[in-house]
Amino acid sequence: MSEVKKVLFGPILSNNPIALQILGICSALAVTSSMSVSLVMCVALTMVTAFSNLFIAVIRSHIPNSIRIIVQMIIIASLVIVVDQVLKAFAYEISKQLSVFVGLIITNCIVMGRAEAYAMKNGPIMSFLDGIGNGLGYSAMLIIVAFFRELLGAGKLLGVPIFETVQNGGWYQPNGLMLLPPSAFFVIGLVIWALRAYKTEQVEEPEFTIAKNSRSQEAL
Amino acid sequence: MEHLISLFIKAVFVENMALAFFLGMCTFLALSKKVETAIGLGIAVVIVLAVTVPVNNLLYQNLLKEGALDWAGLPNVDLSFLGLLSYIGVIAAIVQILEMTLDKYMPALYNALGVFLPLITVNCAIMGASLFMVERDYNFSESLVYGVGAGIGWALAIAALAGIREKLKYSDVPAGLRGLGITFITVGLMSLGFMSFSGVQL
Repeated sequence: MSEVKKVLFGPILSNNPIALQILGICSALAVTSSMSVSLVMCVALTMVTAFSNLFIAVIRSHIPNSIRIIVQMIIIASLVIVVDQVLKAFAYEISKQLSVFVGLIITNCIVMGRAEAYAMKNGPIMSFLDGIGNGLGYSAMLIIVAFFRELLGAGKLLGVPIFETVQNGGWYQPNGLMLLPPSAFFVIGLVIWALRAYKTEQVEEPEFTIAKNSRSQEAL
Repeated sequence: MEHLISLFIKAVFVENMALAFFLGMCTFLALSKKVETAIGLGIAVVIVLAVTVPVNNLLYQNLLKEGALDWAGLPNVDLSFLGLLSYIGVIAAIVQILEMTLDKYMPALYNALGVFLPLITVNCAIMGASLFMVERDYNFSESLVYGVGAGIGWALAIAALAGIREKLKYSDVPAGLRGLGITFITVGLMSLGFMSFSGVQL
């Protein structure tokens, strides 16, 4: 049972795909300017990761090693096509906003990375849970970033006004920078800082240290 | 001709793959510690983009687009839902072919790029360029120019980031921000810089 718990909830804090494994960053930056779009993206990515892990784990011992990348790609691409068509049928507006990023789930490194690192070595059920867990880790990060960007950038959450903006006669002056893509980098950078301040074992070793007792002149 | 030049400039600066659309971020952040590796990877991306985008364009215009199968007597067939699967197949195949060709005829270049070529299959900048090409309905020559431009833009961005990171390692960064955190913030600042191009009308 503890194994299941570790696989399912480990990726949220202690092994977050975005903050520690450097996987799946592209979409995390581009779709987070509004909460509703990022929620759809989270669900789509979690589904694809979980099911691709499941299917790859089922046939893992029949995949020849030399063509495994192509086989994994085909499974992932088929799942993404399903997601894409479903979104186009039931949530056309959001599918338009996500534009190419639904298609880019195929090359999202989380899906590929987990298939390669976990599903090729473990049974179907655990792989499915690992997919869900990593999807949750990704979602947690995306939702935090989207929360700050939409709240500070537009004064809204899920399209509902929280802070009354100046344009509508309220008091809040929206920070337009938060709606621009670069702000996602700053928010993720700060979230990583917060996470590593809490979980200090994730702090990276410095590549270069200034020798002790050197005066500032010498250090230059 | 003028149209193609402005498309090129736009692909390199205004719509920079890495800093305006954030594609290929995983490799962008993970492999930008040294300028040398960054340039090697950048060249590989330029080559792969310059080949895959036009090939995918031919595939889309002649096979997948609605009504494109007219020549085969099937005017009502729309295969565009198969797009994702075919583009990634084409990309994986071309990367593989490129790897084998380089290995046989240009071993020096192969040794320089060797490690990065397989990684490029899962680089979202490659897939993203093909998808943008479809979304904007480029023709063949436009897609060739766009592919090269997007590649050069990406290479430029990763070389610049690697240059900054090589200097950055001598600075005293707070413990929690060390490594990935400060890199994110650096890229954010670079991307703000690149936004100044977005006002350029071409």
